Amino acid sequence: MNHGAPRGANSAPSQRPLADTRAPDEGDGVDTSPDVSDSIAKTTCYMCACRCGIDVHIKDGKIRYINGNKDHPVNRGVICGKGSSGIMQHYSPARLKKPLLRSGPRGSGEFREIEWEEAFSIATERLSNIRRTDPKKLAFFTGRDQSQSLTGWWASQFGTPNFAAHGGFCSVNMAAGGLYTIGGSFWEFGEPDWDNTKYFMLFGVAEDHDSNPIKIGLGKLKARGAKVVSINPCRTGYNAIADDWIGIRPGTDGLFVFALIHELLKAGRVDLDYLLRYTNAHVLVVQEPGAADEGLFLRDSENNPVAWDRVAKACINAADPDAKPALTGSYTVAGRRCVPVFQLIADRYMGESYAPDAVAAQCGIPADTIRRIAAELAHVAFEQTIELPVAWTDCAGRRHETIKGRPVSMHAMRGISAHSNGFHSCRAIHLLQVLLGTIDVPGGFRFKPPYPRSAPPGPKPCGKSVKPMTPLDGVPLGFVCGPDDLLVDEAGTPLRIDKAYSWDAPLAAHGLMHTVIRNAWAGDPYPIDTLMMYMSNMAWNSSMNTVETIAMLTDHDEAGNYKIPFIIYSDAYYSETVPFADLVLPDTTYLERHDCISLLDRPISHADGPGDAIRHPVVEPDRDVRPFQSVLIELGARLGLPCFVNDDGSAKYSDYADYIVNHERTPGIGPLAGWRGKDGTSVGKGEVNPDQLQRYIDNGGFWHQDFAADQRYYKMANRSYLDLAEQLGFIPKAEPIVFQLYSEPMQRFRLAARGHGRVQPPEAERGRIETYMDPLPFWFTPFEEAAVDLEKYPLHALTQRPMHMYHSWGSQNAWLRQITSQNRLFVHNKTAAILGLVDDDWVWIESINGRVKGQIKLVDGVNPDTVWTWNAIGKRRGSWGLKDDAAESNRGFLLNHIIGDQTSVDANGKRYSNSDPVTGQAAWFDLRVRIVKCAAEEAGFTEPQFERFSQPPNVAPSPDIVRYGAEFRVNREAVE
Amino acid sequence: MTCLPTHTDKKLGLVIDLDTCVGCQACVTACKEWNTGGHMAPLTDIDPYGGDVDGVWFNRVHSYEHTTEAGGRTVNFPRSCLHCETPACVTVCPTGASYKRASDGIVLIDESKCIGCKLCSWACPYGAREFDTDVGVMKKCTLCVDRIYNDNLAEEDRVPACVAACPTSARHFGDLGDPASAVSQLVASRGGVDLMPEMGYKPTNKYLPPRAHTERAASVAAPRLEAVKAEGGFLGWVDRMLSN
Repeated sequence: MNHGAPRGANSAPSQRPLADTRAPDEGDGVDTSPDVSDSIAKTTCYMCACRCGIDVHIKDGKIRYINGNKDHPVNRGVICGKGSSGIMQHYSPARLKKPLLRSGPRGSGEFREIEWEEAFSIATERLSNIRRTDPKKLAFFTGRDQSQSLTGWWASQFGTPNFAAHGGFCSVNMAAGGLYTIGGSFWEFGEPDWDNTKYFMLFGVAEDHDSNPIKIGLGKLKARGAKVVSINPCRTGYNAIADDWIGIRPGTDGLFVFALIHELLKAGRVDLDYLLRYTNAHVLVVQEPGAADEGLFLRDSENNPVAWDRVAKACINAADPDAKPALTGSYTVAGRRCVPVFQLIADRYMGESYAPDAVAAQCGIPADTIRRIAAELAHVAFEQTIELPVAWTDCAGRRHETIKGRPVSMHAMRGISAHSNGFHSCRAIHLLQVLLGTIDVPGGFRFKPPYPRSAPPGPKPCGKSVKPMTPLDGVPLGFVCGPDDLLVDEAGTPLRIDKAYSWDAPLAAHGLMHTVIRNAWAGDPYPIDTLMMYMSNMAWNSSMNTVETIAMLTDHDEAGNYKIPFIIYSDAYYSETVPFADLVLPDTTYLERHDCISLLDRPISHADGPGDAIRHPVVEPDRDVRPFQSVLIELGARLGLPCFVNDDGSAKYSDYADYIVNHERTPGIGPLAGWRGKDGTSVGKGEVNPDQLQRYIDNGGFWHQDFAADQRYYKMANRSYLDLAEQLGFIPKAEPIVFQLYSEPMQRFRLAARGHGRVQPPEAERGRIETYMDPLPFWFTPFEEAAVDLEKYPLHALTQRPMHMYHSWGSQNAWLRQITSQNRLFVHNKTAAILGLVDDDWVWIESINGRVKGQIKLVDGVNPDTVWTWNAIGKRRGSWGLKDDAAESNRGFLLNHIIGDQTSVDANGKRYSNSDPVTGQAAWFDLRVRIVKCAAEEAGFTEPQFERFSQPPNVAPSPDIVRYGAEFRVNREAVE
Repeated sequence: MTCLPTHTDKKLGLVIDLDTCVGCQACVTACKEWNTGGHMAPLTDIDPYGGDVDGVWFNRVHSYEHTTEAGGRTVNFPRSCLHCETPACVTVCPTGASYKRASDGIVLIDESKCIGCKLCSWACPYGAREFDTDVGVMKKCTLCVDRIYNDNLAEEDRVPACVAACPTSARHFGDLGDPASAVSQLVASRGGVDLMPEMGYKPTNKYLPPRAHTERAASVAAPRLEAVKAEGGFLGWVDRMLSN
């Protein structure tokens, strides 16, 4: 890849080596050319979910240094604060050493070490019994892992529908909002055109998702002088360098976006041509109150949605490129009144309730600012258009001599998703992008392959039929298109333990991991036997309502048995969740194992072309630990799961590496897309290549292929791209992807609520379904804000993730915890003055769910109605290898304690999960609080406090001093 | 007490762009990681898992708020040795341990001569020196003197670790004594500044100021949006546009 030209993101002339790098003759005896490494291994980072390429320098058998891989498409040579601290994670004193079996009460941390054989026997016997009797009694939920393609498939082979990863409490609103609208989404699904955009809006991004690519992109925008507008209640991180910081009130982003849309519509600043070509704006919607197809698309005899042709004055297939469709008006077709989608959009968003003056106070943004930003968006989109001198052909066969673009781009993440109105707010942002004609155009927001896919993509979730000893007929997670696809029984009761794809959360594309512990504890909708989890700190910072969650994990029934009978947990470190397991399967660190970063899973493609990557062991474990994925594969073989054994019953895959190379999901398609085929010459589809992993290692641990210049934009309707996407297996058929501004699947749920169709919601759910399954995005007050007394709880409370920490992992890291070991509650100066608080005061932070104590820090850079803190810094004593006096467990605090996991009781006496009513996304950021200065004797330490965990057996106490690197110097100087 | 060279052939240093720094700490830990095994190894961490954790770092990022008449802003401010032209940390050193190189202007410490008296850390107004209590000597940024000339690294990697790591491209490296160098030109074009020039130590490193709320800020001169006025309002406009 090195063509002699400067490589990597930091290769400006002002970032290169000196013209002459020979050491000057200073005569001071400094060794300017010490030996750096005996070997360099190129693999993939796992200090967060960003998946950058890293070069690991090994010296004297230890890790000397980790730097970014300059050729890697994700990070192009840069590395973040976490990535450079990988050494301290790898050598963390909190690493587990051996399989553990609980010997004391659950939650005590009392374990005895066992051999792997015993661990496998216990797990196999337990799970085998479940599989023989009722497979759904295994709930298998994984956390932030990157092997969901394997874990989901394993669950399917086992026969349990009760599988998901952590997306339900992370950002499913973004994934679902995007996939149901544009067939793609932010982060892993798409990215701003950093090289061409002139105006960038960043909504609610708490410093990761995506980490280095956003930083690299911001650097490019800054170098070019493009305008950066951030919409975020907090002015830290990326928001600190925005040209315009809009300190919005939490949960009102959708309202703000609708006001922008209102302004653009009123002024006629929307891209009509784009809407006609790439969206369903012109599709006719039946307007016949009471009819079974009210609100659905009018379709022709071949089931194609139709539009009204202005010239022919007749209906025409909406996909006909020669049509002259109407976007406005009302038409009567075969006696039925219909209107184009766009008419409904205009009717809704031009209404005065979405005018800037109407929303300004709610959003905490002056109406003039909203009007100014709308004007800037319009100006850049329509007056500063760009054209790339590249000819391309669209899927209607029209040749275009250039690629035209409107250089406005947007990115949004947790701040949008973690509200109960997040799905609709996310759809609102996509609607804004589409109205401006900025999706997958130069300067706009670009899809990353394998996206775009149809909106929504297939397949549908499986789990309607669960039988002993029988795999599911597909994978557990998928996309529903209407009530018939729900996983509910005749009475409307959820079939899944997390109630995903039920009336509670119909579009729960990522499951609801955050509901599993409560539901399993309550036996609602049914009791389970074993909860198996991987890499998610559910007894601490990954759960809402932590105190009660801990109580549920340890609660007994009348007979003295745990209400959740058995818990298997795999983690590499002694987290707060390990002590609640009955059986602990110790995982390796990221430098000790194989992984694949697969296109079948959460891809790392670039908008210019697809990519995937591997991890491979660069150091040998010095403990009796095994990579969880290999353990799962062995467990699958011991259980005799069909696709994990050969015909003779022997194990099909020896370990994860073997699986990565030899598994084929469908013929020719396996976990890795690069170097397929016996000789390694195929891409995407191809026979198994036994040498595949070595080819990846030889290439620096990743595979990436650039699209041809004419395939890089307008992917939703680009003939050449779509043909290639079909050929590579990204999409089943090379057909255009139509953006669904109006969502027909949503309307089908509404119709069910109105009494139509075979599958209808229970009586008590009809109102909720009618309200929230609106086929056009709308804004509603977040649930907690609507439910609580706002005078009593006047403030919003949020968390942000520090850029140098990843969830709870950072505190065990000797370097990273020096940057943040106590989280403060950040309070606006004016708010503090009103409350009579001064800097460094200790306060009770109180919600309807409880109270937690922490220390405040006064700032100006926050929405005055909002307080916030760093996520997951507070730790429980005895975990993570931290000493008893560590700031994390004495002065740091966990906001999760006061975030309810359920909504308030509704009129029907029901409490729902504290989640978005469409997707089930955890509504972390709906939290409302008040802060009260604590008594003098209460200051100086956090509460609630928890009993200290016992330490696992044979774990040495954490060191009092770390002199990492000293021995490299000693060895160096010994040689000299 | 320790003499400065009368002239340095080069003035090697860093240029740090405060308009682009997001405070991610990448430069901080990349520096720690390189240098804990580098020329001044180790960068000792005392009580690394306890309540009194205190380690040696050559580079730290501080975040603070700054309110001007035009508006408030949050500034992420990376702080390391500025490799001053006339550094008090050198002249105050009683043993010659602290010295400035005549060839490239890098300020270094010769550990074998350091008696741990800490006078240099008192003299440095920038707080750039770090005392390693474990070995009893002062340590500091070496401008990665063991990287920038290192024959064992690929030539393209011979830049300070912090510059190579920075994800937002906010850090630059070069000869600030050469007005034609890329870094000098960057400083000139962006109005780069010295920190506390009134102290008279002539820092080599330069900082590029934040641009928001200044005439250098990115801006869009957009006219106000006017509602479509002609017949039929917006929907009439749509119909007219489509019939064109």
